[in-house]
Amino acid sequence: MSGLKTNNAVIRWIEYRLPIFSFIDHAVGSGYPTPRNLNYWWNFGSLAGLALVIMIMTGIMLAMQYTAHVAFAFDSVERIMRDVNSGWLIRYIHTNGGAFFFIVVYIHIFRGLYYGSYKAPRELLWILGVAILLLMMATAFMGYVLPWGQMSFWAATVITNLFSAIPLVGESIVTWLWGGFAVGNPTLNRFYALHYLLPFVIVGAVVLHIWALHRFGSSNPLGIEANGPQDKIPFHPYYTAKDAFGVGVFLLLFAGIVFFAPNLFGEPDNYIPANPLSTPAHIVPEWYFLPYYAILRAIPDKLLGVIAMFGSILILFVLPWIDRSPVRSAKFRPIYKQFFWIFLADCIVLGYIGAKPPEGIFLIIGRLATAYYFLHFFIVFVLSYVEPRRPLPNSIGEAVLKGGGAPSAAVAREKA
Amino acid sequence: MAHSANPTHSGDGETRRDFLYLAAAGFGALGTALAVWPLIDSMNPSAEVRALSSTEVDLEPVEVGQRITVVWRGKPIFIDRRPQEAIDAARAVPVKDLPDPQTDEERVKKAEWLIMIGICTHLGCIPKGQTAGDPRGEFGGWFCPCHGSHYDTAGRIRKGPAPKNLFVPPYEFTTDTAIFIG
Repeated sequence: MSGLKTNNAVIRWIEYRLPIFSFIDHAVGSGYPTPRNLNYWWNFGSLAGLALVIMIMTGIMLAMQYTAHVAFAFDSVERIMRDVNSGWLIRYIHTNGGAFFFIVVYIHIFRGLYYGSYKAPRELLWILGVAILLLMMATAFMGYVLPWGQMSFWAATVITNLFSAIPLVGESIVTWLWGGFAVGNPTLNRFYALHYLLPFVIVGAVVLHIWALHRFGSSNPLGIEANGPQDKIPFHPYYTAKDAFGVGVFLLLFAGIVFFAPNLFGEPDNYIPANPLSTPAHIVPEWYFLPYYAILRAIPDKLLGVIAMFGSILILFVLPWIDRSPVRSAKFRPIYKQFFWIFLADCIVLGYIGAKPPEGIFLIIGRLATAYYFLHFFIVFVLSYVEPRRPLPNSIGEAVLKGGGAPSAAVAREKA
Repeated sequence: MAHSANPTHSGDGETRRDFLYLAAAGFGALGTALAVWPLIDSMNPSAEVRALSSTEVDLEPVEVGQRITVVWRGKPIFIDRRPQEAIDAARAVPVKDLPDPQTDEERVKKAEWLIMIGICTHLGCIPKGQTAGDPRGEFGGWFCPCHGSHYDTAGRIRKGPAPKNLFVPPYEFTTDTAIFIG
């Protein structure tokens, strides 16, 4: 009951029996003290939550109209687009919502990389986040298969075939995934079932993610722990208001795409019904998978390519132990900060290469960018021992109130 | 009550209760595994799917140099009535230089007829080369556009990420101009 003061008898009655109001207050209310210096990069966590809710709501409505059968799936999606009341809107929100979900989550992840949010004591929080990313990728992939267009079909074929790279049991695993000797009706059915299930698994993982977050609270741009009340402000109304502003900007951009460029992220070939006997000349995954696709193709060996592709994400799980620097924020790590931006550029290059055919100069750039992706983590490991660090401010309150985070003479000298 | 509060000890500190714990846990794990297996196996192809496993093809109308595609188990089967130059080209290659060494003779039953599963052994795309005007890759066979694998006139991988030659399905010539796949 701490912090909850109300004259409303009904709320008091409920609260005494089920303390849900104080629970909410401690989660996102005035009872949750939050660092006072969070910048706008900290908006993306709540935006990711919003995107998940939008996806689940529109997804349930689509599920009421969709038919998971190879003979009807494509037509049922076209019926949603043409006949179902507001079906076009719901589907465009759902398809573009997936893209925006990934945009938000990638920004959220790179914010964590820049500000060292993955470091002790928040390693599990970070690991849960990477797990959520993997779940999102699986969910997005299976959702992409459901319209049963050419891109759907060949995405399903290529991605399930990744598992055939596993020695000895690979082929049996792929047959098991398919439920047949090729991608077919059993595959579509199970992907639909899993596409419906996994978002709720994500919700579960998000609950754990937020639980772990609340154990130590948000990190912050300075990367130092909040010392006392002068370093923190209540989540409500300060960050509820700031998050709400972010939601407004997000929805503005989102609505812009949904209403004015709904197929911007899509592939025209997916409006051709699936044909198991003809692969489109140029198949590419959705943009949010392109960097991994580039890594897969950069390596001329099938098994090693698949290992590298999965490894590019799995390495994030151990990042808290690769980066041994005690300083979290790149603000105080002048060299790490530069490598962060190079790494971000490398990921963008990989994304660009993933969309290009694997030949000539693109193949060479793809290989260099792939090598650098993994080299980055080695650099981070070495940097954490050898990098000269800028002095940290004594407290968040001090840095914020004096302006520009210049509490000590050392920092002042560097600025001069 | 006095009995149960005083378990029988053997010499080295182990008790009958330890054994009971292990036996119960082991039995529980085994039972769980047995119960889970039908759930996992339900995702494997059913007998009704496995039954659709053979295809007969009449080769009579296929002309020299023509490539046709038929379907077996939902997969495309490439049938290539190879001209003599293609056979010679395939047989002229030193086998030991190949990524997946196999002679042309090992891959065909009759030199003229090359019969293969038309699925790239990399990640399952359908290679180009079956219809006129398709790119056939650097070795005159097939070319997979997805990740750039080149196959030669015997369907052997020559360049690119695919690890294996195009698979040859089990088949038999039932007459001189008809085959039974499966």
